[in-house]
Amino acid sequence: MIEFEVITALYIFTLAAFVGYEVISRVPVILHTPLMSGSNFVHGIVLVGAMVALGHADTTLEKFIGFLGVILATGNAVGGYFVTERMLEMFKSSKGGAQ
Amino acid sequence: MSTTPEALEQALQQTQESLSKTEEHLSQSQKNFQNLQEVVSKHFAETAPTETITMPEKPKAIATETTAVPEVAEISTTTTQPVPTVPHETPLAWQNFLIESSYFLAAILFILGLKKMSSPVTARGGIIWAGVGMVLATFVTFLYPGISNFGLIILGIMVGALPAWWFAKRVAMADMPQMIALYNGMGGGAAATIAAVELIRGAGHSATVQTLAVLGAIIGSVSFSGSIIAFAKLQGIMKKSWIFTHQQLLNLILFAIILGLGIVVILQGDSAMLLAILLFFILALAFGVLMTLPIGGADMPVVISLYNALTGLAVAFEGFVLGNAAMIIAGTVVGAAGTLLTQLMAKAMNRPLSNVLFSGFGAKGGEEITGEDVQGSLKPIDATDAAVMMAYAEQVIIIPGYGMAVAQAQHKIWELTKILDERGVRVKFALHPVAGRMPGHMNVLLAEAGVPYDMIFDLEEINEEFEQTDVALVIGANDVVNPVARTNPDSPIYGMPILNADKAKNIVVIKRGRGTGFSGIENYLFYADNTRMLYGDGQKMAAELVQQVKSL
Repeated sequence: MIEFEVITALYIFTLAAFVGYEVISRVPVILHTPLMSGSNFVHGIVLVGAMVALGHADTTLEKFIGFLGVILATGNAVGGYFVTERMLEMFKSSKGGAQ
Repeated sequence: MSTTPEALEQALQQTQESLSKTEEHLSQSQKNFQNLQEVVSKHFAETAPTETITMPEKPKAIATETTAVPEVAEISTTTTQPVPTVPHETPLAWQNFLIESSYFLAAILFILGLKKMSSPVTARGGIIWAGVGMVLATFVTFLYPGISNFGLIILGIMVGALPAWWFAKRVAMADMPQMIALYNGMGGGAAATIAAVELIRGAGHSATVQTLAVLGAIIGSVSFSGSIIAFAKLQGIMKKSWIFTHQQLLNLILFAIILGLGIVVILQGDSAMLLAILLFFILALAFGVLMTLPIGGADMPVVISLYNALTGLAVAFEGFVLGNAAMIIAGTVVGAAGTLLTQLMAKAMNRPLSNVLFSGFGAKGGEEITGEDVQGSLKPIDATDAAVMMAYAEQVIIIPGYGMAVAQAQHKIWELTKILDERGVRVKFALHPVAGRMPGHMNVLLAEAGVPYDMIFDLEEINEEFEQTDVALVIGANDVVNPVARTNPDSPIYGMPILNADKAKNIVVIKRGRGTGFSGIENYLFYADNTRMLYGDGQKMAAELVQQVKSL
């Protein structure tokens, strides 16, 4: 949709990389698995790209590959969400009450 | 909608009215633009080239919008020069704005969601925020310009969503790591299919974009097939590590061929041969399989985490190909976060990442040590004595390992914790960073049983306390309490930080039999003078301990 200038893309790429690094760097070990699962969910955004790729497909081969892509990407997003949610649901403090 | 001629007439009139309005707007904005251009060119005459204000995308869009109506065709010819302000009535601009702002919002929600997930108190909200971002981004994509095949898209989403949802809801917590591997692999595969469609379609991308598409394709394919192998290994479908001579040389040659094919595809651009593209993908998939096969089950968590980071990177690259900022940001954030997480895990296991990837651990190493003479003997204890020991202790530290999860003993252990707590015994849980199948996995399993997270302590937090602890109860853990890691430089686990269970006054080890741990290394802790072995199934023994403490 946007034709990115290489330098603009590089800016986005670099800054996002720092954000990713910062977000994780102060995480207690107890949350590593949920966080890995959570970040697994976040790259489910590939669904958006798979939808666009299938939406642009013309030939049968393109449509087939695009269709496969949408299925896989949806699996990533939906599965990633529910796995993470189930894990995080269980974290409670001894002061009572689920967080 | 009615189809009567009057209605049509009315509609036509309305359209014409709005068109003339658009025309007015255009001429107005053109005047504005000329004024602006004068000002800007005066201002930038000496300092910068005028290319700073070219916006080729928008005018083109207006042209396609208006050429359909003959009366206003002049506009399209007059608007070939750049127009900085686009009339808001144009549906395409409105659509564009909605899509881009939604993607922007989704990217922010992802980052905030991950941020919230980094504290146990707010973690639950974090995934919901990220979920809202995902739903928003998905729905708005249906408005994407030039999209067709809506039926297929919706069908694909349904086909993908239902089984993913069903399995995610049902899988046991102990099997979580391989589930993450599977879903992650699917994401990598999706990134590769995007590259495949774009490359086969020959969308007229520049060489840079083409290169990123090819790189994303390699990474995505490797992540896809590699994750499936990781899943199969953890699930127990594939038990053996597959090692043969010259394996690494073969992998290296294969990788070189893939790179070569990739370069061919890049250079051929739009006219790339279908056969070359397909061969490229098949080899990339094969490489993922070959790379993952020799890696042992114990190292799989690190590998899954690495593939998670790689999928993020592939998504970011394909996001660049499609000009999709949300994909670039989300993919890169995951790529960076995943890389750091992988390093943390490798560090916790005291194994450099290169070591994990390029040497078959577990296949060799262990055996040579087992034969060594161990001082002392294994001293069994029965549940009654162990219960007495714990019931009259001041502080008990429980060290759970993956074996506890396998035996499904976590609920009984929590019950034991509660009745000990009622008797006034201080109970704490000590977790090694690699307890379970990956860092934090054991926390999830304990949380499932209802253990509050503030009773669970990290290695650094609790290691000092063992000396003041009366009983250390080891259940299902082995290598992470093996003092050999401190004492024997020849041991494969030498240098790995361990829980100092051996410093406690008494140690009780619940163990099924006399076998060695996952790595096959003899555990010196079991032979120590103050260690007692409680042989039996984890769940049964825990239940028996509960019984015995209750009856005291």
